[in-house]
Amino acid sequence: MWEVLASTTFVIGLLQAALRTATPLLLAGIGELYGERSGILNIGLEGIMLIGCLFGFMTANMTGVPALGILAGGAAGIVIALIHGVLSISLGVSQVVSGVGINILCTGLSLTIYRAVFGASYSDLPRAPGMTPVQIPLLSDLPVIGTLLFSQLPLVYIAFALVPVTWFVLYRSELGLKIRACGEHPMAAETVGIHVARIRYLCVVITGFLTGIGGTFLSLGLLNFFRDNMTAGRGWIAIAVVIFGRWKPTGIMGAALVFGLASAFQMRLQAIGIDVPYQFLLMIPYVLTMLILIVTYGRSAGPAALGKPFIKEQ
Amino acid sequence: MTKQRQYIRTLQHHLLWSDFGRQVTTAVMAIAAALLLGALCIAAIGASPLKAYGAIISGAFGNTNAVAETAVKAAPLLLAGLGLSVAYRANMWNIGAEGQIFAGGMAAAVTALTLGTQLPAAVVIPLQFLAGLTAGALWAFIPAILKTKLGIDEIINTIMLNYIAVLAVGWLIQNPLRDPSAGFPRTSMIPEASQLPIILARTRLHVGVLIALVFVVIIHVVLWKSTLGFKIRTAGDNPGAARACGIRVNRVLIISMLISGGMAGLAGTIQVTGLHFRMIQDISGGIGFSAIAVTLLANNQPAALILSALFMAALDVGANTMQYQADVPVAVVNLIQGLVILFVVGREFLYRRITRRHQAFSEKQEKLSHAAEGAKEQ
Repeated sequence: MWEVLASTTFVIGLLQAALRTATPLLLAGIGELYGERSGILNIGLEGIMLIGCLFGFMTANMTGVPALGILAGGAAGIVIALIHGVLSISLGVSQVVSGVGINILCTGLSLTIYRAVFGASYSDLPRAPGMTPVQIPLLSDLPVIGTLLFSQLPLVYIAFALVPVTWFVLYRSELGLKIRACGEHPMAAETVGIHVARIRYLCVVITGFLTGIGGTFLSLGLLNFFRDNMTAGRGWIAIAVVIFGRWKPTGIMGAALVFGLASAFQMRLQAIGIDVPYQFLLMIPYVLTMLILIVTYGRSAGPAALGKPFIKEQ
Repeated sequence: MTKQRQYIRTLQHHLLWSDFGRQVTTAVMAIAAALLLGALCIAAIGASPLKAYGAIISGAFGNTNAVAETAVKAAPLLLAGLGLSVAYRANMWNIGAEGQIFAGGMAAAVTALTLGTQLPAAVVIPLQFLAGLTAGALWAFIPAILKTKLGIDEIINTIMLNYIAVLAVGWLIQNPLRDPSAGFPRTSMIPEASQLPIILARTRLHVGVLIALVFVVIIHVVLWKSTLGFKIRTAGDNPGAARACGIRVNRVLIISMLISGGMAGLAGTIQVTGLHFRMIQDISGGIGFSAIAVTLLANNQPAALILSALFMAALDVGANTMQYQADVPVAVVNLIQGLVILFVVGREFLYRRITRRHQAFSEKQEKLSHAAEGAKEQ
């Protein structure tokens, strides 16, 4: 058994799977980072991801073009996120409650739309053309890391490229300064002439888009079909990833990779038939989230105004 | 002022200007808006909304058996919702009722399987409830202690514990507690002494429904007539002020979560001992999540929970009838439930606006009457 675990093919396969599993978490996590940095907590990620997953799949199924599917998933994510935006920014209601509502709504919405479009037949599962790996010239020919890092699905590159981009936007651009000001002290931001509501809406849209395309990675990348509640808790884990990653782009990348690795390891142990009950393996990411929160407690660096409604005085 | 206008004024006063009236009116408006939007969605998929809603109503209330089914569905929603309303009053966002239901149901099943053959019903049934209550409370204690001692967000932890509970139960009923005669994972049937009595012949209406109603009274009294309830509400509304009054806020928060988890555990208990008579993987069917919607709809009011639990249960029970009579997929019901929550959230805004307008109006009236008095004196 240990020879299998130590073999190069096993390790490469494991890391490759980890990168793929981490990608939707990273996309949604970076998306949520923008929202939370501006002061908007969105616990409706699970629902937004599910809707992105469905619309990406439907569009690719109908047009045959996966790229259009990804865009459609992002657009659907924006629409749902805007519901949260209106409720939490313009109406100033509880962001937690709104997020819970969005999750329940999206579960129903996705099932209803799927049944209405494709019917309830399980024997003839509709499929969509999936994304195909993109080989980076020269680099993909490198031994070992060539296949691992440079012949991945396009969204994997995009997700990891977003990490430095987000770092730059948040810490080196005027927009980032405004976003962080809204999340730390919206009143002060408003006083110096920043449109808090406008910045927060922008961030909510970014959250929706990135979470939506994170969802399309499930139905067009990892698998080529849609099934009920396909996201299986990934949206919730993405929120944990943001906390575990200390609201920093690089931290979120690290956190997403830890989760990706745990989940990939679990699947691989099952595949080689190691006699551990699969329920315990499936528990790993959830237990890990809690342990990590416990270990890193007190050192959280969340935005000061996170989750607090801010309505401009008339 | 004509009589008619006076009548409208009085009506307006009762509907919008008393706090209770505002609560009820805005809740009804939220439900109506959600049903209307749901009707549009049903029409959009080419079915008749009237036929669909008619089918839901006849499916949920059309005959004795249907009413019994709706009540049986509403009881665990009510129990879990009562618990959630206590936690939400304390501003503890327990999203983990689902996991707490699994914990409570499992503990009740284990108690029934080990003691049910040796003890009479009058002893074992209370023990089962106690086991379910304790297990649910313990499952909620974990996020509560992490929140109060370490300041870790309870939302994430309660969600993670949902998955952990569902998977742990999955392992238990597949390995150590598996029914050897079944092809799929489930426990053996619990002994007859452990099963809750049926209160209406030829239906599945069990005594758990009455127990849920008793708990409505208990939770109402705890929340509104007891010192503990006052502490819970104060700690939730304004923890700083509560601390200044000498309330040990962290302790109160933990107690509110214990009550919350315990009630969810009871919901799991009646599912096992009143309905399925064994622990199965699908023991909850999403009750833990629907209960959140039920609680929000009732605005954390124990008495209003009866209505909102019945409403949500009727949607669920009527959904199948809707599917075969009106050819509308069952999932539409989830859609309506989600819409209800979002409109109820929006209601908070409407409620505040009406309150503010009412205040502005009263102030204006007061000023006018002051001015009139001043004019008289001169």
